Amino acid sequence: MAQALTMYEKLWRNHLVEEKAGETPLLYVDRHLIHEVTSPQAFANLRFHNRPVRHPERTFATMDHNISTRSIEINAAGEGAANQLRALEKNCKEFGIQLFGMGHKNQGIVHVMGPELGLTLPGTIIVCGDSHTATHGAFGALAFGIGTSEVEHVFATQTLRQNKAKTMKIEVKGQVGAGISAKDIVLAIIGKTGSAGATGYVVEYCGEAIEALTMEERMTVCNMSIEFGAKAGLIAPDQTTFDYVEGKEYAPKGEVFQQAVEDWKQLKSDPDAQFDAVVTLEAKDIKAQVTWGTTPGQVISVDGVVPSPDDFADPIEKESCINALKYMDLTAGTKMTDIQVNKVFIGSCTNSRIEDLRAAAGIVERFVAQGKKVVDTVDAIIVPGSYRVKEQAEKEGLDKVFTDAGFEWRLPGCSMCLGMNDDVLSEGDRCASTSNRNFEGRQGRGSRTHLVSPEMAAAAALTGHFVDLNA
Amino acid sequence: MEKFTTHNGLVVPLDIANVDTDQIIPKQFLQKTERVGFGVHLFHDSRYLDHAGTQPNPEFILNKPEYADASILLARENFGCGSSREHAPWALQEYGFKVIIAPSFADIFYGNCINIGILPIKLTEQEVELLFQHAGNADLTLAIDLPNNTVSCTTSDGTALNFSFSLNKFQQYSLEEGVDSVGWTLNKLDVIEAFEAKMPVWQ
Repeated sequence: MAQALTMYEKLWRNHLVEEKAGETPLLYVDRHLIHEVTSPQAFANLRFHNRPVRHPERTFATMDHNISTRSIEINAAGEGAANQLRALEKNCKEFGIQLFGMGHKNQGIVHVMGPELGLTLPGTIIVCGDSHTATHGAFGALAFGIGTSEVEHVFATQTLRQNKAKTMKIEVKGQVGAGISAKDIVLAIIGKTGSAGATGYVVEYCGEAIEALTMEERMTVCNMSIEFGAKAGLIAPDQTTFDYVEGKEYAPKGEVFQQAVEDWKQLKSDPDAQFDAVVTLEAKDIKAQVTWGTTPGQVISVDGVVPSPDDFADPIEKESCINALKYMDLTAGTKMTDIQVNKVFIGSCTNSRIEDLRAAAGIVERFVAQGKKVVDTVDAIIVPGSYRVKEQAEKEGLDKVFTDAGFEWRLPGCSMCLGMNDDVLSEGDRCASTSNRNFEGRQGRGSRTHLVSPEMAAAAALTGHFVDLNA
Repeated sequence: MEKFTTHNGLVVPLDIANVDTDQIIPKQFLQKTERVGFGVHLFHDSRYLDHAGTQPNPEFILNKPEYADASILLARENFGCGSSREHAPWALQEYGFKVIIAPSFADIFYGNCINIGILPIKLTEQEVELLFQHAGNADLTLAIDLPNNTVSCTTSDGTALNFSFSLNKFQQYSLEEGVDSVGWTLNKLDVIEAFEAKMPVWQ
């Protein structure tokens, strides 16, 4: 009788190139995604040692982190960004790597671009010099972020040395209520586990509420795995996955695809597989979530109030709460719906896909029908995740819904999520953001970020504050 | 990579939990194509009062003159969380840190440190707390012995402290020998090629 395995253990087994006593195991990498910020130093080292990229055809590049969202000109994002973008062009040309650069129909945020082109496949290992690579785990791929030294290692060898992680099962039982998004689910999970609750683990999300999600919603959930410390997040591939992948530009075709699906069906965790930790949530208890602090784990339901340091028994959490309230300029006991924002950002690898934009546009239409527009004191921008998303949204008229209501409609890129380009917040700004990090200074020095779903961000833009849309 | 065997150095205590890599090196300093020039921007938003970085914040611990020569950073839990940017360990290393001690590290950051030759040491929460109690007067010097996996010192009140830590075997070897990990793996191309020959066609 073969030992029952988790999905992670199967992915591990299928990619183990060598396991030798005294050495960290060597894993095969199927797909390497790169961008302009974390690759130049890796290319420089390849050159220094006169080493080629071993499998350029398994490597795909895009420009996303610091590009302008107002112009496709490389120079539009400033000198530092332009240097990195030119370096990427030169490096990709020299090492034979496919680049989806500025103005290319396939350009987009790396974690939006990969899945929509079929570069992201179940049963593969996908890495990228970016911590939100966990996004691709939505397909049943083992996907995680790596540092630049590791980027270099993958370039040269198509492998990576990795220690085996522990496994955590996160089950979301039952179905979520109406109007509750994938973002609310994952924020609720992080709220429960804490910002470091899954350090050392690969998490697998399962349960009825997870199975009911579309691929784009699953990507939102897996995307934020890193925000509670997980190495990667996984969701078992099923018919939803296969239907999404089929027909995509780089996906296998015909008989090869059928063979792949047969293999992919074997990936799910065996019924009696053992996990090192199990976390369970009741979907019906999950409400719309808003972060109040400076880590993603400092999050609460929109119908709640800003917590007090006295609510935390753990001295470190208490201290973190005191610091967060000070930085965020919030008073304990304030209703979340009384918090006023002056900036709204809808975008990022978490929430910039077509379904996110449709959800946000739906809320905009609801408020516009009541005679509302983006309030005068709020600047609101929408940054689609890729050119394909942008085109689809324009085809559906979503851009008009947004611009008529007073939003700015921008070009695809990472934009204000990390603010490496000129889309930054100023000191004291308070932003409702669909991104993934609310760290101090993340979107601009002294700025304050509240992480929310696209629906909540849209509502905040049209009212100036957070809204309990289900009240 | 430089070899790491033993190190004696002054400890600077950074008493903040969940220090993320955005704090260690903010985004506006990532627009470089080389590995140098990050140290001056380490903890920029805490270290400087102004956005341009011309006015040091005298309250920030790294700016206190008595810690100017610190080479060991003592930190709280979940150090290095968030973005996978290797620029964070580059900045720490260029500033002069050779060792970081914390009760826990974020996974990617921990690996990045080892890959560039910084030694991240996990001690228990109690041991870290004890070090924090002694590190406040800028007179705590630690002796780090990687081959024997020990951290030891004599505190100003004459107490001898000895802690042990562990590292994964290969990571320990890599640090001690300054291994070029890419070169190491390139010596195994035959094993990699054998693996590739057996992969399913769709993969």
